[in-house]
Amino acid sequence: MFFDDYRISRHPILNVHDSVRVFFTFNGRKLTGFRGEAVSSALFSNGIRIFGHHHADGGAQGIFCANGQCSQCTMVIDGVPRKSCIVPLEEGMVVESLEGLPELGNAPGPSVKKPLRHETQVLVLGGGPSGMAAAVELGKRGIRTIVVDDKNRLGGKLVLQTHKFFGSVEDCHAGTRGVHIAEMLQERVTSMESVEVWLDSVVLGVFSDGTVGVRRPDGYRIIRPVHLLVTTGAREKSLPFPGCTLPGVFGAGAFQTLVNRDLVKCSGRVFILGGGNVGLIGAYHAIQAGMTVVGLAEGMSECGGYKVHVDKIKRLGVNIYTSHTVLAAHGSEKLESVTVARVDREFRPVPGTEKSWNVDTLLVAVGLDPVNEFYEKAKEFGISSWIAGDSEEIAEASAAMFNGKIRGLRIARELGCDDVEIPDDLREKAEILKSPGGRVFPYEPPVDSREGVFPVLHCVQEIPCNPCMTVCPDELIKTTGHPIMGIPEYSEGCIGCERCVAVCPGLAVTLVDFRKSGNTPVVTLPFELGEWMLREGAEVTVTDREGGVLGRGVVKSWRRAPGFEKTLLVKLEVEGDIAAGVAGFRVRDPFDSEPLGNPLPVPLPDEAVVCRCERVTAGEIRKRVRSGIRDMNHLKAIIRVGFGACGGKTCSGLVERIFREEGIGPDEVTPLTGRPLFAETRLGWFAGKEGDDE
Amino acid sequence: MSSGNYDVIVIGAGSVGTPLAMSLAENGVSVLCVDSGASAGQGNNKCAIGGVRATHGEPAKVGLALRSLEIFRHWREEHGDDIGWYRGGYVYVAYDRDTMELFRRNVPRQQASGLDIRLVGPGKIRELVPGINDEELLGGTWSPGDGSANPMKSCYAFWNRAVRLGAVFRFNESVTGLEIKGDGVVSVKTTLGSYGCGAVVNCAGSSAVKVGRMAGEELQVYPESHEAGITEPVQRFFEPMVVDIRNAPGSANYYFYQHETGQVVFCITPDPPIPGTDTRETSDFLPLVAPRMVDLYPRLGNLKVRRVWRGIYPMSPDGAPILDRVGPENHYVAVGMCGQGFMLGPGIGEVMARFVVGDSTDSDRTILRELRSDREFGSMETLK
Repeated sequence: MFFDDYRISRHPILNVHDSVRVFFTFNGRKLTGFRGEAVSSALFSNGIRIFGHHHADGGAQGIFCANGQCSQCTMVIDGVPRKSCIVPLEEGMVVESLEGLPELGNAPGPSVKKPLRHETQVLVLGGGPSGMAAAVELGKRGIRTIVVDDKNRLGGKLVLQTHKFFGSVEDCHAGTRGVHIAEMLQERVTSMESVEVWLDSVVLGVFSDGTVGVRRPDGYRIIRPVHLLVTTGAREKSLPFPGCTLPGVFGAGAFQTLVNRDLVKCSGRVFILGGGNVGLIGAYHAIQAGMTVVGLAEGMSECGGYKVHVDKIKRLGVNIYTSHTVLAAHGSEKLESVTVARVDREFRPVPGTEKSWNVDTLLVAVGLDPVNEFYEKAKEFGISSWIAGDSEEIAEASAAMFNGKIRGLRIARELGCDDVEIPDDLREKAEILKSPGGRVFPYEPPVDSREGVFPVLHCVQEIPCNPCMTVCPDELIKTTGHPIMGIPEYSEGCIGCERCVAVCPGLAVTLVDFRKSGNTPVVTLPFELGEWMLREGAEVTVTDREGGVLGRGVVKSWRRAPGFEKTLLVKLEVEGDIAAGVAGFRVRDPFDSEPLGNPLPVPLPDEAVVCRCERVTAGEIRKRVRSGIRDMNHLKAIIRVGFGACGGKTCSGLVERIFREEGIGPDEVTPLTGRPLFAETRLGWFAGKEGDDE
Repeated sequence: MSSGNYDVIVIGAGSVGTPLAMSLAENGVSVLCVDSGASAGQGNNKCAIGGVRATHGEPAKVGLALRSLEIFRHWREEHGDDIGWYRGGYVYVAYDRDTMELFRRNVPRQQASGLDIRLVGPGKIRELVPGINDEELLGGTWSPGDGSANPMKSCYAFWNRAVRLGAVFRFNESVTGLEIKGDGVVSVKTTLGSYGCGAVVNCAGSSAVKVGRMAGEELQVYPESHEAGITEPVQRFFEPMVVDIRNAPGSANYYFYQHETGQVVFCITPDPPIPGTDTRETSDFLPLVAPRMVDLYPRLGNLKVRRVWRGIYPMSPDGAPILDRVGPENHYVAVGMCGQGFMLGPGIGEVMARFVVGDSTDSDRTILRELRSDREFGSMETLK
């Protein structure tokens, strides 16, 4: 049959909508997909991961960023080379893999309106958490604002975030899932009379004449704002290793897009590189989508992400390899296996510690870099410009919303809104919400009580998070430390309402109930893997906070937490002496995560491709650096590193790293000169002829 | 403070200074080349789009260009490195009688200067540029020996050879003054040092006037800016550089070609010109150039623009370079390249090197006479 099988047909958090199915062809094969979904996702849902072969080295290419940035997914669609991750699927589309350089057919260019110029008081670049928060404040005061976003809805990366948010309830919707925050804020922003939202609109450049060029679906627009707010978020850092360009190796953002936005089952067996929050959440999302997480490697001796995230995936049986890195991805046409090794203090791989696994996906989640080039250009060009969210500083989305709000207020004040007051404590709060995980305290088991009902807070790290304290009707959960950062503590009087269990973003609160029995109490645990995984009366293995086996328990019942429908509250009957320590339970067989008997041979690190657009290897760059070249523009001129479609977005940090490895400090190196366009755009977009009805 | 003594100091390691340093080193003189940029060609060389043609209107330029073409064409076989030379020819298109008439007048003169150029009808142009808009296309000129090279790779190759021949380059260093004693320049002062010299050559491109003043000379160079762009690469679909010299609101001529990488590179001449040395990108460029290109060659509408940039044309009053010895007796200038420094650079390098070492040939002297600084600056060259 033609039907696409690689879809997520049920998801514990997300609603699975069936859409209108249309036919299209891929290299002559008739396939089906959903109308309007990205062509790349339609292909993935048919099990197609190889989108073409690079003209320079013949290497297979597929999805890398899934965000319209990198051009690795370019295919020939209806005769025109286009990025398949941003082209919506239509009935009858003819999709062909891109083999080498595309042919430019004779098809006419896009039919669009004449380029038009606009003026506005405020232009917000990026409708993610910080941009939306700012737009709300501007809209409240009737300030003429345009919000530009390249996606077909507002929300930025919030729309990929199925987990509940950290932060504080009153400031940034803590305890609510990212996808729902996106919906709430989008509704708010679009209801603002003075705020215009331009979706599917890509910012192409900031120009020295004080304008910003935007590609709208109907034509090219040049906007002159009084104030420019840059909330363009972050881009993922990359890591070069042999095989890093193979289809199947992608960033966590791409993975979340495929899995959580497009509900495509893009993987079966996943390995994750990076133990920050992004990598840890990626592991959790993979498990929620029914995939096997073979392991997670983190270069440092501890994961950098929140302890609650680490514990959560450990409880689900994910092996975490700290002080480990990926040496190579193997496969000829797509990822087939990965080799990992332990690293020493200088991050050098330790020979003899290599392990290999068969996997089809490697998620690279090695950190984020701010997308701040528009801001830098705007400052250089003397435009009144502001910045917030990840584009200012990488932090949680909760902080982004808060900072966006402050920027919105500041701009409003700048525009003469005298009523704007920015309380002094806002700044302090903004700083707190940006905090990474702080001190970890020794785990103190609750008092050895066999009476009554009480929550157990398996929360041992200072993080900016307070929903449990906010949600308790009798205010029994408090902290002696900082009101948001402090470790929560419970004091007497619990009524067993289970709200703290339901709200905790870290799934780190359980409720132990001895009221019916001192020997076989009932423990309530939060569960987000779908009720189809549960069976009443089933005997399950119960674990402690970090996944260590404590004993057995029996599933008595479960219910949907009111207000948190997607969080199931599962009641387990366990033995009295382990009840307070139970933090998780296993509902499935352990992952098949045994490494291969022998590690696979690993190519030399210099074979790694650093510039994936132009296929320039680390070795070629190193050779030129050793010959005395210190100007990245010179490198670009000679070996084309940074010359490609992405504009050096992916590789420039990696080239800087090679300079560092060669002992050359940043003050000796001349950085790449940045030029528009930010995203490749067909020439026809600037040649619109049709009149404009506005 | 750095120091040293050199036979010749070249100011500027760009499209002209770099091949000149190479030619001087080939002539066995000790050369220092100083540039404020971080490496060779980081001023306006890298802004050049790479067209190399002998199709000029004036005999001196034709002479310089023919020699440059020889160097570009044979570089790979003689020196091994790839400079991206592609012999795609140049096509000037005519959509109106006046333009066609101009070509008719020019071609015999160009042929007389030794150019392989001919008038062609619309059929030939359709063949060379498949899919070109042929409504009212009258024909044009075709010079099959012209082509393109990669400015950055070329400059790198010239720099590399110059260094191997012993030329010294100092980057991230700006010239701050010339020390003149008696009739000559005795040393060049920079932000980082002072260097004794037997002669100095001003190849400072858009900064030529500033450097000229250090020698007490007011050079007739007026920088103006042009913007250019480059697309994604696709399989080759047309051969030549296409030049449309018509005027339209806001612009004069524009031109584009398909680079050896498969990318299309394009540029437009704003009208009125934008004087100055500002190289920051503007919002005007793409809406100015795109409709003209897409109208002329509709399939370009589907080609993705990758990057745009702005570079400087150091203009002389008549569109031709100024090559001379002016002021102090050992003070030379190779300035006012009018945006053609890249394509003329290697030829100028050879002519100027022989000039500086006192070894000019007869044809050099003809060229130098035509391009001297005190010439009568007539009207702008028709094929500028």
